[in-house]
Amino acid sequence: MELFRGVNVDWLKLKWYFLAFSMIFSVAGLIAMGVHWSHPVGGVRSPVPLGVDFRGGTEVEVRFDHTPDINAIRQAADAAGIKDVQVVNYDDPKFNQVLISLPEQHDESQLDTGRQQIVDALHAHYANTFADSGIKVDVVGPTVGHQLETKALLATLYSMLGMLVYLWFRFQLIYGVAAVVACFHDTLITVGAFALLNKEISLTVIAAILTLVGYSMNDTIVVFDRIRENLRLSRRESLHDVVNRSINQTLSRTVLTSGLTFLTVLSLYIFGGQVLNGFSFALVVGILIGTYSSIAVAAPMLVAWQDWRAEQGRAVVLPAARRPRA
Amino acid sequence: MNKNLNKKIALSIAVLLIFVYGIFRIPSGLSGKALLEAIQQNIHLGLDLRGGAHLILQVVVSEAVSAETDNAVGSIQQDLKTANLGFTQVYKPDPNKPAVIQVDGTSQAQSSTVRSTLDNKYSTEYDLTGGGADNTWTLTMKPTAVSALEEKTVQQAIETIRDRVDSLGVSEPVIQEYGLGKDQILVELPGISDLDQVTNIIKTTARLEIHAVIGGPYKDEQEAMASSGGGIPPDEMMVHGSGSLATGSDADAVYVLRRQYVVGGSDFRSADPGTDQNGRRNVRFTLTNEAGDKFYDYTSKNVNTSMAVVMGGRVKEVANIQSAIRDSGEIVGTFSEDEVTALSKLLRTGALPASLNEIETRTVGASLGADSIREGVRAAIVGVLVVMAFMLFYYRGSGINADLALFLNLVILLGFMGFSTATLTLPGIAGVILTIGMGVDSNVLIFERIREEVRSGKAPAAAVDQGFAHAWVTIVDTHVTTIVSAAILFLFGTGPVKGFATTLVFGLLANLFTAVFVSRVIFDWHLGRLKPGEPISI
Repeated sequence: MELFRGVNVDWLKLKWYFLAFSMIFSVAGLIAMGVHWSHPVGGVRSPVPLGVDFRGGTEVEVRFDHTPDINAIRQAADAAGIKDVQVVNYDDPKFNQVLISLPEQHDESQLDTGRQQIVDALHAHYANTFADSGIKVDVVGPTVGHQLETKALLATLYSMLGMLVYLWFRFQLIYGVAAVVACFHDTLITVGAFALLNKEISLTVIAAILTLVGYSMNDTIVVFDRIRENLRLSRRESLHDVVNRSINQTLSRTVLTSGLTFLTVLSLYIFGGQVLNGFSFALVVGILIGTYSSIAVAAPMLVAWQDWRAEQGRAVVLPAARRPRA
Repeated sequence: MNKNLNKKIALSIAVLLIFVYGIFRIPSGLSGKALLEAIQQNIHLGLDLRGGAHLILQVVVSEAVSAETDNAVGSIQQDLKTANLGFTQVYKPDPNKPAVIQVDGTSQAQSSTVRSTLDNKYSTEYDLTGGGADNTWTLTMKPTAVSALEEKTVQQAIETIRDRVDSLGVSEPVIQEYGLGKDQILVELPGISDLDQVTNIIKTTARLEIHAVIGGPYKDEQEAMASSGGGIPPDEMMVHGSGSLATGSDADAVYVLRRQYVVGGSDFRSADPGTDQNGRRNVRFTLTNEAGDKFYDYTSKNVNTSMAVVMGGRVKEVANIQSAIRDSGEIVGTFSEDEVTALSKLLRTGALPASLNEIETRTVGASLGADSIREGVRAAIVGVLVVMAFMLFYYRGSGINADLALFLNLVILLGFMGFSTATLTLPGIAGVILTIGMGVDSNVLIFERIREEVRSGKAPAAAVDQGFAHAWVTIVDTHVTTIVSAAILFLFGTGPVKGFATTLVFGLLANLFTAVFVSRVIFDWHLGRLKPGEPISI
């Protein structure tokens, strides 16, 4: 069975549609991020909802033996004098789980009391029982929260920088720039999706985003590799035609791999449970966008740059060390 | 060609067996249960799968600096007295700057002797300034000395925590320095269900000190200050305690004690709970030799005065010094049984050099952890089945090739985990699932290329050859970029994220082997059995 025999689409002609599509999603994402930024939660300003890893605070997940009653839990917290408690149902209702959050404590010596207070309050004022083995707690102090934020940002920047350098080395600078712009576009749209759908960004989500940076690069490299090979084989074809042909030739591989990886990640999103929800969502969106960006962002950008250079009267830049002899 | 091929097949099978061993070692049996047990023993599970507690503790190093300079204040006073140099007081002027000591009221005439006396003993650790017309001297602890002390404090804290955790019988705890600052400690305790008991034992400073009593018991702090003429001098401090020690009432009372302790902390060599002749709970203690001398010195000079035993910032006992005590004694006081046992245990394992703040706590209950495993494994199995089915369907005969390579890939990956000390976390399971998707990418690249070559008319053997040759470059590029990504993740990430990066990297490395070497071997074997003119099934 073969899906993509003899495909011959002029991808570069579609570049304005691609641009429009990308713009719509990017702008939608940016607007959602702007909205989040202007509504700080608990004194923390951020363009996307932050998980407890970054925002700090206390999150207690409790699995009760019987169906939990959110109002009763809130009253129990009130009765124990705990302020600013948020209680939501968590995960599949059949698990009887709730997530209880307290905002960030600014005094680190008081940090862990929040968890103890909640557990005590539940034991004292709420009839529903729960086992110790059914509790999950995350308490993050402001110091650690800030450290993690810094680490996450640095990791993302270093990753993209590393990719840029690697591609510069293997191809030419413009290839590196085009690939990094595509990655950046992917990250922006994925983070925008989180803002749009009000999903929290935690440390594992950052891990997913870094993975999709790597994945988008992969995809872009496959196309660039084919472009490089074809340029070497035929000096007479215009870059425009070579790029189109390269995309068409790699199309079946691209769709297949992305499709298969997408299916495995989709399996994770559906079956993998609540803890990995943000992570798998980022990958689901990221893989789709990452595949799209190699064809719709990186390749057209490459051609546009060369066209611009050609207009300026300068020679076309070929990848690797082979320059056309004058 | 044939001999070469046999060697390669043998190598592939050997690799398979080695890594299967890594997963199971020698299992007790072949039943499903025995195999599961074997896996659980070999593959280290992270806290988020096993259940347990993860704490990041911040050591309040300024307390250690403070204790050190308190000590220095005492010995400076001693040294000046022995050298017959007059002074009004030696104290720390600013409680927020524990590293600064001030000496007031020396005489102008003796200033050069003062300088040389102080320089003699303290110049390695302190910077000495002053001696001008105002007759004050300032000793500031050198920054190098401060950071050396801070580091020592953190190391001591780690040792003490380790001892305390050991005494709880936690298996495979992790206790180590952590983070960018030099004052954070990571503690990971698998399988802990009662976090409070553990953190109480770990964090309690239970620093035991003996101070000279200046005055008391007073009803409250105002009364205490009034008795000292309106304020407490800097070399004294107010400490709360139970009034029943002297007056018999249970109310809180305030004592005025000398700030500088006589003996304290690590001066105590051991402590044992017991009862005295009246049946009251007591703690019998022994001091180290050096501390014993100090204590003997003090008690023999201060007969008929009182001294207070302070623990955890409260006065526990006030005793009248009847005769000189050298290095062993008894503390009888208002201890509860828990306090006595805790005190003994803590004195035995040593006091914490400074108090600890919890700046991050994460605990996962064991049943929630088990759920995560179940969900993760389920997602992985579905993923694997979907991919394998698709490969068979799309690439027919060669699909079997891809599926075998995928299976070997997973075995090698899990075997790697079994051999190494890396932990498998929930994101790690996600990494395994990603490896499946990305691993099959290499196969797709190769197979698509082979299809192209076949279509352009090449014979099966040549097509396979060309397919592998062309795809190799791209495979290397894509694997390197993802591995670089994962390496950065590993450097910057914490526990669970590190687990993800680890499985991803292992998986990709395994993939380089299976997709290129093993797939090739299977193709060569299959080509060897093709009749001339028969096409490959791809």
